[in-house]
Amino acid sequence: MGELNVGGKTVAVDEEGYLENRDEWDMDIAKAIAEAEGLEMTDNHWEVVNFLREYYDEYQIAPAVRVLTKAIGKKLGKDKGNSKYLYELFPYGPAKQACKIAGLPKPTGCV
Amino acid sequence: MLHIVNKSPFERNSLDSCLQHAVKGSAVLLIEDGIYGAMKGTQKSGTVEAAAKDLKFFALSADLKARGIDQDRLIDGVEVVDYNGFVDLVAEYDKSQSWL
Amino acid sequence: MSDAKRFLYVNRKAPYGTIYALESLEVVLIGAAFEQDVSLAFLDDGVFELVKDQNTEELGVKNFSPTYKALGDYDVNKIYVEKESLEARGLTIDDLQHLTYEDEDDDWAEKDSIRVVTAAELAEIMEAQDIVLSF
Repeated sequence: MGELNVGGKTVAVDEEGYLENRDEWDMDIAKAIAEAEGLEMTDNHWEVVNFLREYYDEYQIAPAVRVLTKAIGKKLGKDKGNSKYLYELFPYGPAKQACKIAGLPKPTGCV
Repeated sequence: MLHIVNKSPFERNSLDSCLQHAVKGSAVLLIEDGIYGAMKGTQKSGTVEAAAKDLKFFALSADLKARGIDQDRLIDGVEVVDYNGFVDLVAEYDKSQSWL
Repeated sequence: MSDAKRFLYVNRKAPYGTIYALESLEVVLIGAAFEQDVSLAFLDDGVFELVKDQNTEELGVKNFSPTYKALGDYDVNKIYVEKESLEARGLTIDDLQHLTYEDEDDDWAEKDSIRVVTAAELAEIMEAQDIVLSF
């Protein structure tokens, strides 16, 4: 269990850097987590992060990579619904890394 | 006596056993999976409806809502209570017994 | 998919009172990554898992019922609910969530995932499996 300080606000994170409380998430926290991961957030990154947050709101889970890829393809087009595109944005894994930035728990089944 | 049942009547005999031992004027509070015993139109409704002549039945609202069981699905006469109501019942009766 | 094994997850417990329902759902989602032929059976108190309009706000625990709607995304689209278990509990299919999937072989048409079956039919479904996991 650790802490993340962003612009005077302190939020609790677990040992792997996932937010303890999803409701504390905001865009500044997302940017800070991304920075710690060595990523700079572009519109394409935000598109995936926002998609994950919407998916979680509806289904109460972070989707597996296969499910995420399929769903992104359906919503944002085939050129984005493939693992090459998603891994270019999130080199350490779209579900794992993007979920962390989106303030979601680690995807079920992800070790 | 306040009897508290927290097991589904379809899976365990806790409710049946409770009803066999509850004397007239007692109250039965259904909580957790026990709230399914308050539903009308089930295989178990007849037992509870018959017992309700001598006993007062209560069901905990948080457990009903969590399980998607609307108040209008309950047997007539079952009173829905919140957590404060739970505390009031425990205070009102001289003792309580849990049928685990 | 020719070497895929037939997996059946048997759900017999009500949600929230015990951890079985949630554990089963998590194992199903994890297991879906292995692309096997997965079916889910809901019988006895397990039929309560699928009751719609669950709201756990007052109870203060996570409401995992919306997650059943994601099963279609995970290619889990054979969900058998036992008729006798519904009837004993005063329930009909209209009391359950509407679960659907998109059929890849039929131009992604949206289809119902839930099938209500009799105990005798469910017994045959159980017999037809390679592996049965009980919760």
